[in-house]
Amino acid sequence: MSELTALSLTAAAAGIRAKKFSSVELVDAHLSAITAQNPALNAFITVTAEAAQQAAKAYDAKPTPDALLPGLPIGMKDLFCTKGVRTTAASKILGNFIPPYESTVSANLAAAGAITVGKLNLDEFAMGSANITSAYGAVKNPLKANDDTALCRVPGGSSGGSASAVKAGLCLAATGTDTGGSIRQPAAFCGIVGLKPTYGRCSRWGIIAFASSLDQAGPMTRTVTDAALMLRAMAGFDPKDSTSVDTPVPDYTAAIGQSIKGKRIGLPKEYRLDGTAPAVLAMWDKAAQALREAGAEVVEVSLPHTAYALPTYYIIAPAEASSNLARYDGVRFGARVDGDTLDHLYENTRAAGFGAEVQRRILIGTYVLSAGYYDAYYLKAQKVRALIARDFSEAFKSVDALLTPTAPTEAFRLGEEPKDPVAMYLNDVFTIPASLAGVPALALPGGYADNGLPLGVQLIGNHWQEETLLSIGAVLEQAL
Amino acid sequence: MALSTDTVSNVARLSRLAITPERLPALAAELNNILGFIEQLSAVNTDGVEPLRSVSAATLRLREDAATDGNQAEAVTANAPEKSHGFFVVPKVVE
Repeated sequence: MSELTALSLTAAAAGIRAKKFSSVELVDAHLSAITAQNPALNAFITVTAEAAQQAAKAYDAKPTPDALLPGLPIGMKDLFCTKGVRTTAASKILGNFIPPYESTVSANLAAAGAITVGKLNLDEFAMGSANITSAYGAVKNPLKANDDTALCRVPGGSSGGSASAVKAGLCLAATGTDTGGSIRQPAAFCGIVGLKPTYGRCSRWGIIAFASSLDQAGPMTRTVTDAALMLRAMAGFDPKDSTSVDTPVPDYTAAIGQSIKGKRIGLPKEYRLDGTAPAVLAMWDKAAQALREAGAEVVEVSLPHTAYALPTYYIIAPAEASSNLARYDGVRFGARVDGDTLDHLYENTRAAGFGAEVQRRILIGTYVLSAGYYDAYYLKAQKVRALIARDFSEAFKSVDALLTPTAPTEAFRLGEEPKDPVAMYLNDVFTIPASLAGVPALALPGGYADNGLPLGVQLIGNHWQEETLLSIGAVLEQAL
Repeated sequence: MALSTDTVSNVARLSRLAITPERLPALAAELNNILGFIEQLSAVNTDGVEPLRSVSAATLRLREDAATDGNQAEAVTANAPEKSHGFFVVPKVVE
């Protein structure tokens, strides 16, 4: 990384304001890093070099130093619609889709001064935990284990391009989206910070939908302070999203540096799973100890329905996906494969346009919603979801936040991922419960596996308690 | 309950996904594996539990009943593989 690409988002903002460097210099440094490293990492699907350079020139000509992200280069997950810029969702079916509108979150970031250098790779329609389902090729993790001779590790998913690019210095920060762990698990695998806000905090308008009752956008950054800064720029009420909540956006950075003395932190006993790597358990214990030393009170809590979160998710998310993805029909968007009837046109288009994992989830979703099975699967899952959400609200009566690992292992090698889809789903065992409950969760680097790869630790808070998570996260970041 | 290849074929039709008959047995095995996993939920007692449909704290809002958008046929059809005079074009459906 060059000096400019190694900066935190916060330090880059300070540097621009102090006129230590220009937006053009900052953007050019990142575009050079993309040219040099993206062929190996495959983190970007589309690089918008020309538009980024123009925006940087415009910023330097008329600087707005009071903006939150003045002239700062960021990456945009290719699930956010960007007006006039191809948006693929990493799917063949949207391979030539050029949105005529801009997502609210990307518009908010641009209004805050941020400059998008490109669209980041992801699992197809955000369905995956290793970024290997993209129609534009797998993304590589920029980190190597001690015994790796070449880049060979997955970055996690689905926001794998975002995590890889932020870690490698291809952008100062990136947007992610999280349906069951898609911000937090890749953050853990690449050793960065990822924040999934409370459901309703960031507008979903213009984000290509996967599972609408779960999808939430959030920042992926190198520091906890950066996550606070970027969330402030992304969040806010949007009348175009009926689930967006009209509540003021605080200055999240004010939470950084607050004492956590007297805070009560819960360790959910059901998260101590068989099969979790010993290094992950050791990291978890060490993080708990660090919080005790900072004056927090650490207690064991119970979330009794934890074991049912994964099966609940794998009913609700595919059910919503099967409905959301019905719109890709070869008529309104993208690629069309002809057929002798309209139905055959739909069937041929969708079979050719969707990858294997997306087809699997559409089939499962269609099945659990079909006549005769709706009550047994979908309605049952919604009831268990209520119990999982209740577990959290009970726990938050006695603690301010929960501390857990982010993922059960470090990043695995590309090609050594579990071949059984159900085994792959286990990657999200620690992240899915918070998604089902709609509560915020912050993932940050917590330590290292024996092979030198990073491990993630997760803080989960009650609804709208992002500031609590950020102040505790900043303490952990210092200590670990 | 294990899915037969006939059921998978029917679900594929409902999903509007063309699946060749040769792929059906392998696909049925994959889907049965996932269904076996999610069937754990039947062990949970949910008597008297209201289903949770949304975790959003937002209440449905009302706005003035007025047109706020429209006349965008050009933009709406911009990405269509086939279009004509502001309409999507599909194969003939009525003989």
